Amino acid sequence: MREFKGRVVAPGTVTAPALVSHGGLNTLASFQKALQFGDKKATCGDQNNPDLYNKQMLGKALCLPQTIGSTTGGLVLYCACAMERQPACMLFSKPIDSLAAAGSILASVWLDGVNMPVVDSLGDEFLAYAKDGMTITVKDDGIVCVD
Amino acid sequence: MYLTPEQQAILDGSKGETMAKVMKTLVMYGDTFGADKMVPVTSEYNHLVTSFGLKMMKPVFDLMQQLIDAGVVSSQQFSVDPRPVDKNVPANFLQNFIFNKIMYSKQESYEKQLNELGLMNEDAFTCACYLDQVGNKPGKGDVLSWAESSAVVYANSVLGARCNRNSGIMDIMGSIAGFVPHFGLLTDEGRKATWVIKVDCKRKPEAQLLGSAIGMKVMEDVPYITGMEKWLGTELNDENCAYLKDFGAATASNGAVGLYHIENLTPEAKELGASLVTEGAQVYVIDDAELERVQREYPVIWKNPNAKPKLCFVGCPHMSLQQLKDWTDRVEEGLKASGNQKVLIPTVFTTAPAVKKEFEKTPYAARLAATGVVLSYICPLMYMNNPLCGSMSVITSSNKLRTYTTARYYTEAQILDKITKGV
Repeated sequence: MREFKGRVVAPGTVTAPALVSHGGLNTLASFQKALQFGDKKATCGDQNNPDLYNKQMLGKALCLPQTIGSTTGGLVLYCACAMERQPACMLFSKPIDSLAAAGSILASVWLDGVNMPVVDSLGDEFLAYAKDGMTITVKDDGIVCVD
Repeated sequence: MYLTPEQQAILDGSKGETMAKVMKTLVMYGDTFGADKMVPVTSEYNHLVTSFGLKMMKPVFDLMQQLIDAGVVSSQQFSVDPRPVDKNVPANFLQNFIFNKIMYSKQESYEKQLNELGLMNEDAFTCACYLDQVGNKPGKGDVLSWAESSAVVYANSVLGARCNRNSGIMDIMGSIAGFVPHFGLLTDEGRKATWVIKVDCKRKPEAQLLGSAIGMKVMEDVPYITGMEKWLGTELNDENCAYLKDFGAATASNGAVGLYHIENLTPEAKELGASLVTEGAQVYVIDDAELERVQREYPVIWKNPNAKPKLCFVGCPHMSLQQLKDWTDRVEEGLKASGNQKVLIPTVFTTAPAVKKEFEKTPYAARLAATGVVLSYICPLMYMNNPLCGSMSVITSSNKLRTYTTARYYTEAQILDKITKGV
């Protein structure tokens, strides 16, 4: 087991299996099909992301460098949270980008009872170490345990 | 972040609970990125990314209604991204049913909300709001609260305005408050380049391919691009602005670029030159072989990679008036050379409603219609966001459309050959 320390963007604790994207997560491309057509598992629909394509995102500890693409990204993430199709947590190796931050903040301010801890700046080593299916525990203080 | 007493009072609820939540959203947004203060939004108009009444976006419509019900609306009017459907665009019975009865069943009610929130006018639906005919063109140094990645990167890079890559919803929050957190691309430091891109091509690079290569390499960073002067010169004329519109959209969608500088061309590069480049900036050299590699490596996810294209989209982002005229000439020439009367693949050109109206006043409109090309105000991306298009062999010259859908990318010359010659 290894521990990594990051910055808490949205607080909370959770334990979930890892799902790792080594490239940027294109939020619109990843979530749009799932949200539009009732896919409760939130299967990733981004053809350009071989790490995530066709994999379930719901309930996973999503490990990624950052999000990319359309500026609908934040509202898509907000909708995913409102519809309970969000990952268990989002763990960024880099400082969070403005779209993912917006989605996380909007969900925190405007929705009741959403628990999706977000930690950023975990470092490149975190993303190199984490593998699909590993058990990830997010603690309150930005500590992320990968087992 | 420092808040003025008035801003702090709003956060504490002096203007009601909903306005306090707007303020809290902006403060949390700023705090996340180390903003030192709020700065006033100075543009005349705002631009929103959320134009589509997608049924799945009910949480967004609920939030918008909260704002309207509380009287928490902006003093700025705004343009918004394109409408998602147009009856003139080819679609079969099933597609029309899915578009109108399932996917975009909330379009009418959402447009009512947009009007209540301050939509500029009924033609203000386009991703290219900065085109002259649309009238939402900020000036150099203007602070914006825009979203729409292609518009933000254009406003920052070509117009010299200042705007972060705000998300949908966050765009309207800043406009309502009248100020936005000061960080990132709003600061001088945040506008410096951490990449130098050396373009070393033998022929003028395809805008959307070059943008794709740069976007995928630098991701969210700011690139300073050299080697383009021999093709683009040093003036931002109509042709160059159209090129940069398409180039920027590709950098923003294939990566997350919010600002680029082009040596001796874009306003800040002309003003500040290489001083915009930070010490230790990374270097990426792009030649013809690199662009060929980038295009070759795009995944083809059609069920049958050799399928005959069933539909072609040109105009994501929306085409300028001059682009429409140029493409009309090129399609006519291509058809004449091949001996065909009409395009061989159903083809849709997309543009802003206001540009479409101007184009329709010119003789080019009848000439384009005679080629069989359909002219629409639609958003191709929204058109393709349905399961039926997943198996549909759509081709496009847009790298943004390729990124978000199953559409297959070809250069403009390749597209022209396919629609006029069938090769």
